[in-house]
Amino acid sequence: MRTYLDFEKPIAELETKLADMQKLAEQSNVDVSSATAALQGGIEKLRKEIFENLTRWQRVQLSRHPDRPYTLDYIQLMCDEFIELHGDRQVRDDPAMIGGFANIGGQSVLLIGQQKGRNTKQRQHRNFGMPNPEGYRKALRLMKLAEKFNRPIVTLIDTPGAFPGLEAEERGQGEAIARNLKEMFMLKVPVLCIIIGEGASGGALGIAIGDRVLMLENTWYSVISPESCSSILWRSWDYKEQAAEALKLTARDMKENKLIDGIIPEPLGGAHLDHGVMALGLKKVIMETIAELSKLTPEQRISERIDKFCAMGVVIE
Amino acid sequence: MSWFVRKEKGISTPTEMKREAPDGLWYQCPSCKKIMQTREHKLNAYTCEHCNYHEKIGSDAYFEVLFDQNIYIELDENLTSGNPLNFVDTKPYPDRVRATMLKTGLKDAVRTGFGKMNEVEIVIACMDFNFIGGSMGSVVGEKIARAIDHSIKHKVPFLMISRSGGARMMEAGFSLMQMAKTSAKLAMLSEAKIPYISLLTDPTTGGVTASYAMLGDFNISEPGALIGFAGPRVIRETIGKDLPKGFQSAEFVLEHGFLDFIVDRKDLKDKLTSLLNMLR
Ligand SMILES: [Zn+2]
Repeated sequence: MRTYLDFEKPIAELETKLADMQKLAEQSNVDVSSATAALQGGIEKLRKEIFENLTRWQRVQLSRHPDRPYTLDYIQLMCDEFIELHGDRQVRDDPAMIGGFANIGGQSVLLIGQQKGRNTKQRQHRNFGMPNPEGYRKALRLMKLAEKFNRPIVTLIDTPGAFPGLEAEERGQGEAIARNLKEMFMLKVPVLCIIIGEGASGGALGIAIGDRVLMLENTWYSVISPESCSSILWRSWDYKEQAAEALKLTARDMKENKLIDGIIPEPLGGAHLDHGVMALGLKKVIMETIAELSKLTPEQRISERIDKFCAMGVVIE
Repeated sequence: MSWFVRKEKGISTPTEMKREAPDGLWYQCPSCKKIMQTREHKLNAYTCEHCNYHEKIGSDAYFEVLFDQNIYIELDENLTSGNPLNFVDTKPYPDRVRATMLKTGLKDAVRTGFGKMNEVEIVIACMDFNFIGGSMGSVVGEKIARAIDHSIKHKVPFLMISRSGGARMMEAGFSLMQMAKTSAKLAMLSEAKIPYISLLTDPTTGGVTASYAMLGDFNISEPGALIGFAGPRVIRETIGKDLPKGFQSAEFVLEHGFLDFIVDRKDLKDKLTSLLNMLR
């Protein structure tokens, strides 16, 4: 069964109608092809209408869609080979942060990504995609390996935030993220960062310092989630829609404000409707972007990377 | 009005009030409740002579404690925040900024200065918690970035005094990217082999902890300061239990290996000078 979001209800109704009609036609041997074709056309039209006018909160909902492809789905669909590497060499392995060397269309890269779970058990195992300090330290360890062996780095960001837990604090969550920010600026190899789902605050930024930072069309990236923003600024959880509007957290907003470099389109209706098409689109962008970045010298990349982030911010002199 | 400034623990009266009080007025320690002369308290670097409670102070007071004769050149003092997102929550962001400016006499949540500390040249950036919870927006990021540029250009050490609740939500994505910007500048400072001391004061949390505050060559703090990535309330809600006593205190963070030392504020200037002299 597909999961429909609240604003997809009109589509769900038509799709149910279509299914019923097809079932009836099968049972009664009546030719309903023109009627079903009309209904299908209607569904596509409706979908287009709805998806052209998505609110910011609806995009947040899509970014968290339970059927949305996660890092491991992309790895499976995009990579000819993937060798996963574990552990931060200090405390333990963090299942919320995946890493390893991958072969994407003949290009070997280091791939890092946050990982959510699909069912209750997996979600717990992946800690809902919320890395601990070990996750960030593993990511950095692997990025240094990529630098050593001169392989480009691709990071896939999908997290509701770095984990706010007791042990995470004891082991220096703040320090782990901070260190990644600083070290990633000085990486000599190309770094491409892509928001594939949720990009929540420092937990996202901790693997998102890149020569190119891209967002899939229906994702969000900001300093806080709309829910938490609502609870702090409105002192209630009920203003998440307003908060999402105020935060301007969609791919389009972030591009307009020059806080990211580009947007990767999703299939109509969202990435979850067609993992294969989405992964193919993503793979193409990754290969093109790496080819483009590889033309620059390490010094050029580093200085452009630094200049880009240093230009972000609006102040009045 | 009472003849001393009555204070409740945890709620800080603007330091201006105390500083502007003429000699002969009194200060009551919010921790041990003992009373001392405002002048004595100030000479003691705003710490309690009885129980060593460190009063929460702002940039004015830190500059006075650290710069010789309180002489310094303030950098970028006129930078103020824009409103890139036209952010409105319960009130428009510019109204909030203006009201805070009037109330505090500050332009934003950080001030940066260049001067001498026991004859050693130094750039100091110091946050003001009174300004929207010391939150980090574009002005905070930009002023710190430029202060680091100043350090690099003049080859003088950089001291960052943090005190912040974290991000400035009203600048959303722009606020987030200040973590990146300041970290980039610190990477450059590091390449230039110029010392960076990060002093984390009470409280330092959120995006500030997860960027410049934890990136010092030397991370130091004051007794009892709260230091963390997630705030205590969020952690409590996540784990569904009360937090152990002393959790996220400077002493706890030192014990877990993320601070080099904790220093009494009255010894801060001399200890930093000794450290910097050993590196020259
Ligand atoms: Zn006292």
